[in-house]
Amino acid sequence: MSFLLPDAGLLFWMLIVFGVVFFILAKYGFPVIIDMIDERKKLIDESVQNAKEANEKLAAINAESEAILRNAHEEQAKILREAANTRDELIKEARKKAEFEGEKMLAETRHIIEMEKEDAIRDIRRQVAILSVDIAEKILRRELSSETKQHSVIEELIDEDIAIKS
Amino acid sequence: MTAIFRILLFFTMLFPVATQAIAGSAHDADAKDVDVKKIIFEHVKDSYSWHITTLGDKHISIDLPIILYSPRTGWTTFFSSVFHHDEEYMGFHIAKSGNNEGKIIEYDANGNEIRPTIDISITKTVLAVILNAILLVIIVLCVARWYRLKGTSLEAPKGFVGAFEMLVDMVVYDIAKPNIGKNYTKYVPYLLTAFFFIFLSNLMGLLPIFPGGSNVTGNIAVTMALAICTFIAVNLFGNREYWKEIFWPDVPVWLKVPVPLMPFIELFGLFVKPFALMIRLFANILAGHTVVLAFISIIFITMTVSTIIGSAMTVVSVLFTIFINFLELLVAFIQAFVFTMLSSVFIGLSQPEHHSEHK
Repeated sequence: MSFLLPDAGLLFWMLIVFGVVFFILAKYGFPVIIDMIDERKKLIDESVQNAKEANEKLAAINAESEAILRNAHEEQAKILREAANTRDELIKEARKKAEFEGEKMLAETRHIIEMEKEDAIRDIRRQVAILSVDIAEKILRRELSSETKQHSVIEELIDEDIAIKS
Repeated sequence: MTAIFRILLFFTMLFPVATQAIAGSAHDADAKDVDVKKIIFEHVKDSYSWHITTLGDKHISIDLPIILYSPRTGWTTFFSSVFHHDEEYMGFHIAKSGNNEGKIIEYDANGNEIRPTIDISITKTVLAVILNAILLVIIVLCVARWYRLKGTSLEAPKGFVGAFEMLVDMVVYDIAKPNIGKNYTKYVPYLLTAFFFIFLSNLMGLLPIFPGGSNVTGNIAVTMALAICTFIAVNLFGNREYWKEIFWPDVPVWLKVPVPLMPFIELFGLFVKPFALMIRLFANILAGHTVVLAFISIIFITMTVSTIIGSAMTVVSVLFTIFINFLELLVAFIQAFVFTMLSSVFIGLSQPEHHSEHK
């Protein structure tokens, strides 16, 4: 069973060798490796974080653009509605104005026609007056050709005048 | 897969011929007896020279320096090759039997067998430890070099460096961090060194020939050294809470005064923990080596009985050995993992959070 007893010489060498190996590796070996692994881990973590943030940002931008688009649609609809309203109003107004103008023109025309008519009537009256005066002159000349006739007319007229005044 | 199996079968068929030749040459003087116990013990135990193989009558081995201090001769250094022909050199022998079997002994004035006062010879296991250590340093520094040159671009490594990184990552983030807690970075270099040293030594032990094949982590002195390192790591930086729990634990007072029952148990546990680490690693690897050797020895034993049975058993035992070797590959990793894991658990226990303040 001698292999169960640790040999002092071997223990001595093992401690020395292991100590030296530990010293070398702890100084020049493992820190380099672990640092690099940690750094890479950090890089990966950061990249994942960045990707996540970028995704979130993208989502936010998407939402924003959608909102903008929706707003634009609403705006468009509103503008269209307003335009339609304006158009209707314009049309209405124009119609009203046209009606008004038309009526005005009609009235003016009527007025002119009336005036023309009156003028014409006046003219006709004048003509008729002139004619009647002429005719009356002619008739009078013929009627009053004698003295008697003139007297009778005067009397007649005086009578008539008296009759009107009384 | 079937092609591999056929090749395997072919080699296993060749095996009886070869083994018979070796067995015949090695044991021609003996009555064809195979001392399995001796074969296995010679392998798993330390020795003063590294015996690689025997070709015919020629032993091929690496002679190693023996460094001794004895009051009789003072510091003495010589090569183990002196024992090839003579049994004795400057009054030193290699004991053939008894408690010191295989070790260097001398005789005191009364003729009693004693060990030299200090024996720090570069034995087979010491050489294997040094080789493994050099290999480990080369591997780790090469990997670190890769990181220093190409790692700045922070791209993930491929191939061997990638596999190495996976193990480092496992030790740091799956073993050290969850078990130790917030101060884990201080212990990471030790845990990594221990893990890779044990893992590499285990793997090297699975290689059948030099520079592998030595029973490094199956040697109790090696595992003891590792356990001592863990013991130091655990107790050197233990905080006040930890020491308070050992000497004045949170138990009824009659368990502490007048007989310090609980402090005694806690103090005992202080040493039991690394002891368990030592025995676990040692026993697992020793068992693996022993089983493999035992399966190989079956070939030689049955061959002495009958060539036909021997041939049949060769196929069986080679297949079993392959199976055990795969198992040992798993064990090599698991034991390195378990040692590191338990080390970090013990370190974590030495840094308790101030939970008693919340009570």
